[in-house]
Amino acid sequence: MSAAIEVSDLVKQFKKGPRAVDGIDLRVEEGEIYGFLGPNGAGKSTTVLMLTTLLPPTSGRATVGGFDVAKQGPRVREVIGAALQEAALDMHLTAREHMRLQTGLQGLPKNDRGRIGDDLIERVGLAEAADRRVGGYSGGMKRRLDLALALVHSPRILFLDEPTTGLDPQSRTSLWEEVERLARQEGMTVFLTTQYLEEADALADRVGIIDRGDIVAEGTPAALKAEIGQPSVEAIASDAADHDRLAEVLNRFAGPGDCAESTAEAVGVRLAPGNDGLAGVIRALDAEGIELAHLQLHEPTLDDVFLEKTGRTLEGADEGAGPETGEGEAVEPAAARAGS
Amino acid sequence: MPTRYEGIFEVARRSFLRALRQPAVVFPSLIFPLFLLAVNVGGLDASTELPGFPAESYLTFALAVPFIQGAIFVLLNSGTDLATDIETGFLNRLALTPIGGRSLLAGGLGGVLAVAIFQTGFYLVVGLLAGASFEAGLAGVPVLFALSLAISLAMGSIGAFVALRVGTSEAMQGMFPIFFVFLFFSSMALPRDLIEQDWFRTIATINPVSYLIEGIRSLFTTGIDGEALGLAFGISAVLTLVFLSAASAALRTRLVRT
Repeated sequence: MSAAIEVSDLVKQFKKGPRAVDGIDLRVEEGEIYGFLGPNGAGKSTTVLMLTTLLPPTSGRATVGGFDVAKQGPRVREVIGAALQEAALDMHLTAREHMRLQTGLQGLPKNDRGRIGDDLIERVGLAEAADRRVGGYSGGMKRRLDLALALVHSPRILFLDEPTTGLDPQSRTSLWEEVERLARQEGMTVFLTTQYLEEADALADRVGIIDRGDIVAEGTPAALKAEIGQPSVEAIASDAADHDRLAEVLNRFAGPGDCAESTAEAVGVRLAPGNDGLAGVIRALDAEGIELAHLQLHEPTLDDVFLEKTGRTLEGADEGAGPETGEGEAVEPAAARAGS
Repeated sequence: MPTRYEGIFEVARRSFLRALRQPAVVFPSLIFPLFLLAVNVGGLDASTELPGFPAESYLTFALAVPFIQGAIFVLLNSGTDLATDIETGFLNRLALTPIGGRSLLAGGLGGVLAVAIFQTGFYLVVGLLAGASFEAGLAGVPVLFALSLAISLAMGSIGAFVALRVGTSEAMQGMFPIFFVFLFFSSMALPRDLIEQDWFRTIATINPVSYLIEGIRSLFTTGIDGEALGLAFGISAVLTLVFLSAASAALRTRLVRT
C-alpha cells in the first residue's frame, strides 16, 4: 500500500543561507497523524513548504498522495489542504466571504458552495461570527477559520504548520479535538508541525523529531520515550532524619549502573525495568515505616528524547537555532518567506 | 477546477470589496486630487490669458489631472494590497488553489478597474458641477471612461509589478513620491508648447504621463481628438503590456510553486 507522504533524502539549500533541510527521509501512512516536532529554525516549515509544492526542493524526492511534489504540483495541490504558520486571511473580509472565495477558487459546484461553506463555518464554531470581518477575530477564531478554509475541497491530506502557536489553552484544546476528529472519523492524513511537546504527545500517532535540518528520532511517542528508559521517582521524607534511609530504600529500585541521587531534601532514582514500579516503592517505604512529605513519578517526556538525541532541551534549542525557510534571505520566494 | 473567468471574477470581487472597506485609503484618493485641483485653479487661473491657451477656464483645462492622480492612487493602493498579501501569506493560500498566476493578476486588476470606474464618475460629476466644460459631449463620456480605465489598468500593472518586486507594503508606500514626480514633470499645469523652460518642456515631452493627461484633457477642451486619444490609449496599452508581462515574470519568481 502506498504511503500518504513519502520523502527520500529531501534537501533544501537556500542561496547564501543554511541547509535548512538536510536529506530527510520519512513515511506517513494514510489516516495517520504525524507530528513533526522541533525547535524554531529546525526545518519544519521548510519541509511543509516543499511538501505543499510552495518551495521546490534542492534535491531528493517527495511524493504526497502518490504524486511527486517537484513534477506534479497541480495534482498534489488537488489532494492536500494546508493551514500554514500564520493564519493567511484577509482582515477586510468576513468568514463567509473567505469561504465564497475559497470554494470558488477550488472550483466546487456552484450549488454546493454556500452549503459547504456554512457547514464548515458551523463545524469550527464560527457561525455567530460568520458575517463579521476577520480583523476583529481573536487568534483562535482566525486559526479555526484558517483550518476550515483548508478543508473546503475535502482534501485527503492536511498540513498544519504550528497550528496552535499563540493560542490560549481552550482554543488549543478545541483545535486538537477537531484535528483528531478529522483523522479518526474522516480518515484524513494529518501532517502537523509543532514545537509543543504536549501537542505531539497528545495528537500524533507517530512523531518525527527534527533538529538543524535532520530527523534525529522517529516513532510513536510511547516508543520514543521507552527508548529513554524507565520513569524516575522523586521523594522527600517528612522527617529529615529519614533522608538516608529513604535513599537506601530507593536505591533498591535503581536500574543496573544507576543509584539514587540525593539533594539536601529530595532523593531521586530512575526505576529499574521489570520491578513493581511506583507501587513497589510505596510498599517498601511503608514496610520501613518512612513517612513521606512528597512523592512524584516522572515519566520520560519527548523533551528527554530530544535531550538524549541532541544534547539540548527543546526550549534551549531555540537559542542556537539557525534561520528557517530563508528568513533573512535577500531574495527568496514569498512562499519561503511566509513561513519561519 | 474553476473556469478561468470564475477565478478572475472571484479574485476581482475580493479586491473590490477590500478596497471599499478601506475608506481611509479610498477617500484620500478621491479628495486629494480635487483639493490639489482647487489650489491650482485658484493660483493658475491667470494662465488662461496666455496667448494660445487651449481653454477659457483653467478648471476645464486642469480637470484631467485628478483622473491621472486617481490612477496613481490606484497604483499605490492595489500595489500595497498585493504586497500585504505577500507578507501575510494570503498569496500562498491563493497559490494552493488551482487558479493560474495570470488569472490571479487579472483578478487583482479587475478590482482596480471597478474602483477606477467609481473614481472617473466622481471626478466627472464634481468637475461638471463646478463649472467645467466637456467639449466631447455625451458621445465622449464612454470614451472618457474607457481611457480612464485603460490608464488605471496601466497603473495597476505597474503597481502589481513593483509590489511583486519589493514584496512589502512599507516599501510599496515608499514609492509614493517617485510616481508623483512623473506627474509634476508633465504638462499637468500648462500645455507643453507654453512651457518656457527648455529643460522642463523636454522632460514633459518625453514623459509618457503628459500624453495620458493630454488624452483626457482633449475630451474636456477640444472634443474627440483622434491624435491625443490615440497617443493616450496607445501609451496605456504599451505600459499595460510591458508591466503586466513583467509582473507575470515577477510572480513566477516570487511564487515558485511546482
